[in-house]
Formats: sequence, structure tokens, C-alpha cells
Amino acid sequence: MSFCSHRFSIRRLAVSPAARLGACALLSVSLLCVALEESLSAADSFAAVIAETQPKMVKIYGAGGPRGLESYQSGFLISDQGHIVTVWSYVLDTDYITATLDDGRKFEAKLLGADPRLDLAVLKVEARELPHFELAAGVPGEAGNRVLAFSNLFGVATGDEPASVQHGIIAVKTRLDARRGTFETPYHGSVYVLDAMTNNPGAAGGALTNLHGELLAMLGKELRSAQNNIWLNYSLPIEELRSSIEQILQGKFRPGEDKTTTKPVDAIDLAQLGLVLVPDVLDRTPPYVDLVRADSPAGLAGVKSDDLVVFVGDNLVHSCKGFREELSRIERDSKLRIVLMRDQELVEVEIQPVAEQKK
Amino acid sequence: MRFLDHLFLPATRGARRTTTCAPLCGLALAIVCSLPATLCAAVDADVLQAEAARVAVVDAACRSTVAIFAKGGQGGGSGVVISADGYALSNFHVTHEAGTAMKCGMADGKLYDAVIVGLDPTGDVALIKLLGRDDFPHAEMADSDKVQVGDWCFAIGNPFLLATDFHPTVSYGVISGVHRYQYPAGSILEYSDCLQADAAINPGNSGGPMFDAAGQLIGINGRGSFEKRGRVNVGVGYAISINQIKNFLGHLKSGRLVDHATLGASVRSDENRRVIVDDVLEESDAFRRGLRYGDELVSFAGRPVNTANGFKNVLGIYPKGWRVAVSYRRKTEAFDVPVRLRGVHRDGELAQLVQSAPQGEGDEPPKPKGGEPPKRGSKPKMKAHAHAKPEPMPEIVKQHFVDKPGYVNYYFNELNRDRVWKALVARGDYSAWQGAWTLTGQNSTAEEFKLEFSDKQASIKLPSGELAIELGGELANHLEPPGSGGLLVALAIWRRLLVQGPANFGDVYYLGTAPLEGREKLVDVLVGGHGDVECNFQFDPDSGHLVAMELIPEEDTDPCELYFSEYREVEGRMLPGRIEVHHGDEFKEVFQCKQYTFAAPPEKQP
Repeated sequence: MSFCSHRFSIRRLAVSPAARLGACALLSVSLLCVALEESLSAADSFAAVIAETQPKMVKIYGAGGPRGLESYQSGFLISDQGHIVTVWSYVLDTDYITATLDDGRKFEAKLLGADPRLDLAVLKVEARELPHFELAAGVPGEAGNRVLAFSNLFGVATGDEPASVQHGIIAVKTRLDARRGTFETPYHGSVYVLDAMTNNPGAAGGALTNLHGELLAMLGKELRSAQNNIWLNYSLPIEELRSSIEQILQGKFRPGEDKTTTKPVDAIDLAQLGLVLVPDVLDRTPPYVDLVRADSPAGLAGVKSDDLVVFVGDNLVHSCKGFREELSRIERDSKLRIVLMRDQELVEVEIQPVAEQKK
Repeated sequence: MRFLDHLFLPATRGARRTTTCAPLCGLALAIVCSLPATLCAAVDADVLQAEAARVAVVDAACRSTVAIFAKGGQGGGSGVVISADGYALSNFHVTHEAGTAMKCGMADGKLYDAVIVGLDPTGDVALIKLLGRDDFPHAEMADSDKVQVGDWCFAIGNPFLLATDFHPTVSYGVISGVHRYQYPAGSILEYSDCLQADAAINPGNSGGPMFDAAGQLIGINGRGSFEKRGRVNVGVGYAISINQIKNFLGHLKSGRLVDHATLGASVRSDENRRVIVDDVLEESDAFRRGLRYGDELVSFAGRPVNTANGFKNVLGIYPKGWRVAVSYRRKTEAFDVPVRLRGVHRDGELAQLVQSAPQGEGDEPPKPKGGEPPKRGSKPKMKAHAHAKPEPMPEIVKQHFVDKPGYVNYYFNELNRDRVWKALVARGDYSAWQGAWTLTGQNSTAEEFKLEFSDKQASIKLPSGELAIELGGELANHLEPPGSGGLLVALAIWRRLLVQGPANFGDVYYLGTAPLEGREKLVDVLVGGHGDVECNFQFDPDSGHLVAMELIPEEDTDPCELYFSEYREVEGRMLPGRIEVHHGDEFKEVFQCKQYTFAAPPEKQP
């Protein structure tokens, strides 16, 4: 069931009695089975579950920008050693990411790695014995599940003030890519669409749990439909993220500059590829392509200006400096695989530097 | 099992046992209502009972909710009645539009006239009074400090001014945060210690009630985090806590423009997450009570202070002039002192701000000052669409409104001043005792004392000596005995108030209510000026007795405090058997009064 048709059936519900019963039957199929499980926790006050969950939430501060680009987002702890899951966003485009824990302690956070295809990043703070979600204990959700959303939306909380909590129901589990061209996002996996106003400025990276406080999903970035200007309230199921999180923890998708590998004497450089990046003016200038020579290896491979370089091989690149650093590790003749972000779509290209040299 | 758990959710035991219909009903009650009766018969009794309870709670809550329309239909908002005689709460920014008179629609479909009573512009609260009934359905106020994140709540009101038949709209949600601080929007309208909820709050909900699951009033909705998404619900609404409003209610009933408080000191959070005093105003009571630069603020009004934000939060719920307990630490020494709070605004400043507050502002959120990003701040009030010509004030509103400079509505000040006075003289009036009063008895060291005071002079006689003052000229120059802060002047003024009554005493007004140490209930406070000094008089709301008074010879000085107790009947009037004297934060003396004697009134001068 897509998001739209679900909405439609709700609307019809209010229209005619005949449609009502029809819709009832429809709803009952999807709601009934979960209702039985749900009722267990219904008698408990949410307060206890919330009090247990809030200490796992993190307020993240980083780079902001003009025109309402907030410099904060949300995150949650997934280990007692200070591993934090959050969204991959411009907020992390800085050398100075800070994370404030629920108890008010403020840490400098290190970007451990990111998977831009999933809008996912993992940070690390140097602290121990922290309350956290068990990644392995994350559970799948279904349409009709009652959920709690934890986030620092609008930056309401600061210091030791707890994250905000909202409640709602999973309206539908669907795929975002079905809406390609409507919602501009690189993420094309399944999402939970919620009936609550969860996806606000600063909410991205927050946690969605069931009424037992079990982790279901991560709140996504703000998404607005290009067609009808409606903001989508959605979250990314934990099972979509789990494998990438684990890979990042194991050392994949990390910024290349973290790795110590011996550099070749004769490495690839930008001029050879036919690429010009935007002027490197910030401490982490996002590596946008400014110009591409049409007959260059990059041009032939299909790189376009305004593309954002995201990966070189499996290494995360999140600054012009990082991209140059990454290239400096690659032999001049070798084939180069890079992932680009173009209009919120991820594009993978393979560049053959050798061809250009022969010419 | 708590009542609220039943309200929105299927009951645990039943839902697991029953057939397919029960959980369906539990999850989507609206659907259940449309099912044929035969199906519903299978519903577990617990579920039906919970549903019925919720319907009853919502119904009762709706009946106390008010749709406020400004005169001439220029915009409006919501409100809630809190007493049978029609006192109702709303937002300053709602009633500001309306001015003195407004029309209030209630769920019974009737439209009532209402008059403005008092305003707290900083806290964005207005007190109005609905007129024409003494049996208005009204909401009960809860203890909003008990509200927890995750508790169910309802917002009721008049979003988008939908309620043409005045029946309000109900939206439900959970409490998302408590003790939230929201920076001032514009020059005033600071929301401190407020409740955050995900119940839909839209334009027009402003001033309306937030109820807990049991239908008790926990706050007044007034603000949402509207940003780039326009002025509609974004799942983040703020309600002014009802506990804050309780602190201000007495003041609001005084028909005045009420001010919030400052400590007279600024604080910062240090790297060890302590709250350190950054600056102290030398004129402040905090300074006189010993607070200095560099001290660590530990608790304020009984609440631990952990961050500078947390301090602003707790400070924001108190009215100007209240005394609260402050604990601070200097190195290893700890201090606990009562501190009298200063006003946020200078005299007249608040009135000016209110005058200049924009009326009928458009969809733009107000611009916060001081470079604070324009976030979290817009108010869900409905914009006025048409400007109708001014209407004459309805007769019933005219009867409840007295215009006087410095007051929102002087009618209510006089009403409360007279109420307090009538309670005091209910057991006999003091006006016959125009001559000198003499009190004799024993002091704290069992010495015989004699106090004598009249319009002209006052004296004290102890075995160790005797002291007398003349009451002409500058009273502030006669603060005898030394160290008392002006005991003799205070006693003379006490007698003067009792004998003359507030109408003849001079300018006496009702300040509102304030806490008094050792008492659970707030006391009523009258303020009167006499010559160059000011006094406040504090009355027990139950017995009507005058329980304390303070002589304030000059602004920013410690008053002479008298505490009256052990009331007994003397010649048909109630008088205290014990008068305790304090000055600064020290106990000075106690007078156990054995005998009162009253001289004959002085002969009238021809």
C-alpha cells in the first residue's frame, strides 16, 4: 500500500458509511494482528519507557548555514562506548562536531563513517558506560504499530534537558523510491510513514521506538514533496541501516584520511582527471565539482559540474581536502571508482585515467 | 492502574482475551462508533467503560472552554473558565487585540460578554471575567509539576476560529517535554517552565486550555514552534504551566499590569556545570542578603539549579516582589536566605511595552531581539481579517470596568481591596478608637514594655530606657529604635490603617497574593503609601486577620517587618496577642501584648 492510497482510504472513511465499513475491513487486516501485541504495553504509562529511553538520546551540533539551515540534529547511542547513530547531513560538514548527552555532558564527536546512500552517519565520543540501544535488539515495525519518536526537534532542549517525545502510529511501511521525483532524497529503501509531526528541523537522527522502548527506526531528514509541498513524516527502519552501521563500526565507509596506507610515488591528481573542484574555503568544503573538461577521463565517464563526490572506492569523502588526499593514495594508471551525489541521486562512475595518458 | 491509561487505549486484560472486534475498537474508536450495534455488543466491558469515561472527560472539559472574539469580530482565540463566577484565563496576545470588552462563546451555544481583569504580558497571560452568570461550568486546576513526559493530554479551543456554534475543537497528544524554556518573542512574551505537547496547536488555539487525561487543567496553550512550515501545527506546542499561573492569579485579579521577577543577579554555567553568579546589582535584596560575584547558585525557590537556562526557567514563574528561598555556596560555606525579587521592568516600562505591542500582526512570527534566531516563537493566534467600526461597550461590561491610569481595570482592584477589608472588620470595626493606643506586656527577655502610638507620636518604654518620635515631616528620618527598620512608625501606620480604613488611609491598592513564610496558603496583600513611606499589609485569606506588615521607608532598603499572631478579642475587635519584629533577615524582638488600652478620641479642633 503506498502512502498516497493509504491517505485516500482515510479520506473516504469520512465520506460515506458504505465506504467506512469497507475501509474498516481494509484497516482491520493491517491493524488487527499488531493490535494484539500492542495492547500489552497500553496499560503502562509511557512515562516509564520514556524515562528509560531519553538517556540514550544525543543532541548533535555542527555546521549550520544561511536560509534556515539549522546547525543541530539528533542522534542516539548504540554502544556504551559512545557510538552514536545519526543522519549524514551538512551539519557534520565541520571538524568540530559536538555531542551533548542527556546528562548534559558535552563531548567533541568524531565522524567514524557514513553511508550517504542511507543518509546514515556514525559518530563516536570518548565516554564509557553510557545507556544505549542494542543495535541487535532493534525490531521491525508494521503499519498500525503505536510508536514514540524521540528527537531534539527545533533544538528545544539544550544541556541536560531531555529530548522531546512525540507519539503516533506507523501509517504505512512503504518504499521511498516509489516517489522518485517527488521526494528528493538519495535514500531509496523502505520507510515507515508516521501519522505524527515528527520530521521537523533538528529531528533528523532521532529514534523511533515502540511502546516498549525498542528501537524501530531512525527519524529521517526533512523531506518535502515537490508536487504538493507536503512535508513527509518518515523514518528509516533499523534493519535497513543495521548492516551499514556494522560495516562502519568494522572500519568501512570511513573517511580515507583516517587510514594510514603508503602513498604511491606517482598518484592521480585532479588535473589529470580533468576535474576542477569548487574553491576550498571552509574547514570542510564539500567536494562539489565546479568544472569538467568534456574530453577528459572524468568527462568521458559522465561526471558533471555540481556533482558532489561522496565516495572514492569505499572511502568516504567529505571535503575537497579529503578528496585530494584520497586521490594521492591511488596509482596514476589505476582505474578509479567514485560515487557522486547528483540532484539527491547517487551515481557511480568509473574513470579510466590511463586512456587520457595515452592520448 | 491509573485512570489515564484507560482513556485512549484498550484495557490490557480484556483486549487480549476477546475476539477480533475488541482490539479494533481499541485502536480506532471512531470506527467502532460507526459499526452496527451487534458487533459492538462483543466489545469488552472494560473498553466500553474506558471509552465512556473518556467521552465524559472530554465533554466536561469542552464545557469550560471559551471561544473569545474581539470586539467587532477582529480576530480572537480561546480561553478557559476557572471559577463558577466566570473568571477565565487566556493569552495576553489574544486579549490584547480585544481591549477591554470581548464576546465569549461557550459550548452551550451561548455568547457571553466578558471584561478584561488583569494582564501578565511577560508571561502572555490574561485574566478575563465572563459576565451574566454565577454558575459557569469551569475547569479544575491540576498540579502541573506532577505532569510527566508521556502523559496523555488534550488541547481544546477554537483553532482557525472554526467554532461558529462555539463548540470547541479537541486535539489530543502526549506531553513531549516539561520545564521547557522558550526565549522571549519580541520584547515580552517569555515562556518559562512551560509544557511541550504534540497535540495539534493551531492559530486560534491560543489562550485555550491544555488538560491532562483526567480533564484537569494543566496549562494554557499559547505558542508553537512555527518556522518555515507556516503557521500551522508542527507537532510542537507550548502551554504556560498552570502552576505558574497560580502564582500570578492573585496579582491578575488585582486589575493591574503584572510584572515578572528578576533576582537582581545574572548567572552563567561554568565548565564544571555549576551555576555561578556573574554580576549582582548592589541595590538588590539578593546583594543585601549576601549574594556576591563568584558565588555558586545551588537552588532557587526550592528547586535545584543546574544550568543558567534552568535558573531562567524557575525564575520566570514568579511575580515581582515575591520572596523566595535562595541557596548559594561560597567555597565550603553554604547559605540559605530568603530573597525579595525585583521587577523585570522599571515602573511604567511595562505599560509602554504593552502600548507598543503590535496589534493584529500578520503571519510573520515576531522578531526576537538580540540576534536570537527567529525560531520557536510564533503565536497561534488568529489574525484579524476585517476592521469593523468600534462598537459601544455593553452595559454589563460598563458596570464591571473602571478606567484608571496605571490599571488594566481598576474595578477589580477596588473589589478585592474592599473584600479584604470587609473580612478584616467583619468582627467589629476599629474606627471608634481614634485616640492613642497603648500596649503593655513582656518582650523576649521578659522585660515589661509599653508601646504608645497615635496620629501624632509614637513611643516605646522599656526598663532600660525610653524612646519617642513625632510623626510629622519625613517619616523615613525616624526609623527608631535603631536597628528595627522603623518599628515605631510601622506601629503608628498599623493603627492608622485599622482606624481609618483603606478608603481614608490614603492611596491603598490591592497588590494580589504572595507567600508568607510558614504558611501553605498565599496571603492577600494591600499596599498603602503614607507620607514618604510605603507599607504592605498581608491578610490571611481564611480568618481575614492581618498577619504581617512591612514598612518600606525607601526603595531598595530592608523593610521593618511586623508579624501579628495569637489574635484575641479585645472589646469586640480582634487584635494580636503577639507582635514579632524582623529587620533584614534577623529576628529583632517580640512583644507579648497583655493589655490594650485605647484613649478617648482627641477633641476636634474648632
